[in-house]
Amino acid sequence: MQRWSRFNILSLVFGFAFLYLPIVLLVIFSFNESKLVTVWSGFSIKWYVQLFQNQGLIDAAWVTFRVALLSATCATVLGTLAALAITRYTRFRGRMLFSGMIYAPLVMPEVITGLSLLLLFVAIGFDRGFWTLTLAHITFTMCFVAVVVQSRLMSFDRSIEEAAMDLGATPVTTFMKITLPVIAPAVFSGWVLALTLSLDDLVISSFTSGPGATTLPMKIYSQVRLGVTPEINAVCTILIGIVAFGVLIASIVSRRAEAQRVKDERAAFGH
Amino acid sequence: MKSLGSIRRSFAPWSDPASKPFISFKNVTKTFGDFVAVDNLSLDIFTREFFALLGASGCGKSTLLRMLAGFEQPSSGEIILDGQSLAGIPPYKRPVNMMFQSYALFPHMTVESNVAFGLKQDGMPKADIAERVDQMLKLVKLDKFAKRKPHQLSGGQRQRVALARSIAKRPKVLLLDEPLGALDKKLREETQFELMDLQQQLGLTFVVVTHDQEEAMTMADRIAVMAHGKVIQVATPPEIYEAPNSRFVADFIGDVNIFDGTVSAVSDGFVRIETEGGLSIKVASQETPAVGGKAGFAVRPEKIRVGNTQPACAPLNAAQGVVWDIGYLGDMTVFHVKLGDGRVVKASSLNAVRLVEDPIGYDQDVWVWFDENAGVVLRD
Repeated sequence: MQRWSRFNILSLVFGFAFLYLPIVLLVIFSFNESKLVTVWSGFSIKWYVQLFQNQGLIDAAWVTFRVALLSATCATVLGTLAALAITRYTRFRGRMLFSGMIYAPLVMPEVITGLSLLLLFVAIGFDRGFWTLTLAHITFTMCFVAVVVQSRLMSFDRSIEEAAMDLGATPVTTFMKITLPVIAPAVFSGWVLALTLSLDDLVISSFTSGPGATTLPMKIYSQVRLGVTPEINAVCTILIGIVAFGVLIASIVSRRAEAQRVKDERAAFGH
Repeated sequence: MKSLGSIRRSFAPWSDPASKPFISFKNVTKTFGDFVAVDNLSLDIFTREFFALLGASGCGKSTLLRMLAGFEQPSSGEIILDGQSLAGIPPYKRPVNMMFQSYALFPHMTVESNVAFGLKQDGMPKADIAERVDQMLKLVKLDKFAKRKPHQLSGGQRQRVALARSIAKRPKVLLLDEPLGALDKKLREETQFELMDLQQQLGLTFVVVTHDQEEAMTMADRIAVMAHGKVIQVATPPEIYEAPNSRFVADFIGDVNIFDGTVSAVSDGFVRIETEGGLSIKVASQETPAVGGKAGFAVRPEKIRVGNTQPACAPLNAAQGVVWDIGYLGDMTVFHVKLGDGRVVKASSLNAVRLVEDPIGYDQDVWVWFDENAGVVLRD
């Protein structure tokens, strides 16, 4: 075991404080009695109660969850298909371009993605609202799913698919019964990742949503401009909770699946 | 019940011109880009035959197997199975099953579901599936492991699951890709005999790919020795060993001494070859190489004898040398004898008695000799 020097402890504390102090403060002040965000005057959950009576925020939350669920699901299907195309069909024309284009949105500034989507929707006369928002979220989360699933497919032993076909399974059956169950953990963590990204998003949503389709981050942002209220702190605390939970689940699932996969493959392929 | 031996001894459809081949490769070529994996190859395999494709890695044997299974399509030529062309038939519609080198067990399914997978695809009734799976697992002695997952089994057990899964559908042909490659030596030898028994019991046609010549020699009715996408020789194991048709086959199967020389006479079923080292060889052979041309002579180490006294046949088929190396293997001893011209001849003798009266030691002057029918003439 390595010994902890004072310097190590100090840098660890500073590092974590830098990352998490603002969030911790936000969470603490969401339980503040006082309406003043910066003065502590006792514990209370009244802002949470009030939160659930704020129809505007609840509507926004509802929109956010619907968009997130729908877009994450669509993005998972599309992203998985894209990952399959890239890893399986290694000889098609323009493969390099295709795989490069899959990764591009990962590094593209969100403002540009948002703006270009906005221009597209305006150009084709698509009224902005729930559907444009969902489409935009599918577009930018899909590449994350593709990356996650692709890394799993890279280490996938294709002889088990050949074995399935050899035993009489059609390509579709092989995919549903063999490929999909084996890569399912990666697909699931891709879905969770897409879901959290969609829940969080502000920039692209601002560009692509319209009247009646305000997401929670947008609502929070617009309210904060009028002044921070403890109510906002409460919303943020809930959001942080959901996102943290999602990330935790995703990482546990993928870590377990990875360990299981390594174990299974070592076993099944006799290495 | 007839013994396996009596069945196998009388089994030789390839020498009967009236019998029709079950699998035919007709001028099959397979290229991957510039690489020619299988080169204009023709080959016939008969019903209930245990056929081995033997060759070094990259010789095209696995590609041949994969074309039979349907994972690869021939670039040209045709494969016929039971009178029907396989062109354009996808793997899932072919009456062949394959046992994969990696076993390729489905990691998320139990042993039972692995074996049942193929039967389910055929839409067999549930009760029949259960019965067949049970029967298969008993056959490979894994009935106690039905509920386990592949990662809970040993290498040998996984190999058996793979085998049970591939024969569960009673395919017309079972393809085995290096079936014993991942097993240790002892288990491999046991399994070889089990596979042979199984093949006779089920009456299936087996096509096995292997790089292990001992494995091929033990199990197969006939062996096709392959190199660079071509079949060099197709014959029974004794023929391959005792009458190799080429330098490649002689060298590839077992140990061999090859002498190169000039043909000095051909008459009455005998060929005489004079080597540059001064050895005069007279060999019984049906070959008729041109007198004055080059030819090789291949003789196996166990057919060369080593002794202290001059043999009766000298100076024909005999030479003097010095014992250079001795390898004692227990059941036999291998001598490396250096001849006058510096070439080393390998000779092995069986240690049939426990104490040798006149042991041959290092640096001793000895004679090596062989019979007139001990070796074969190589024309290439």
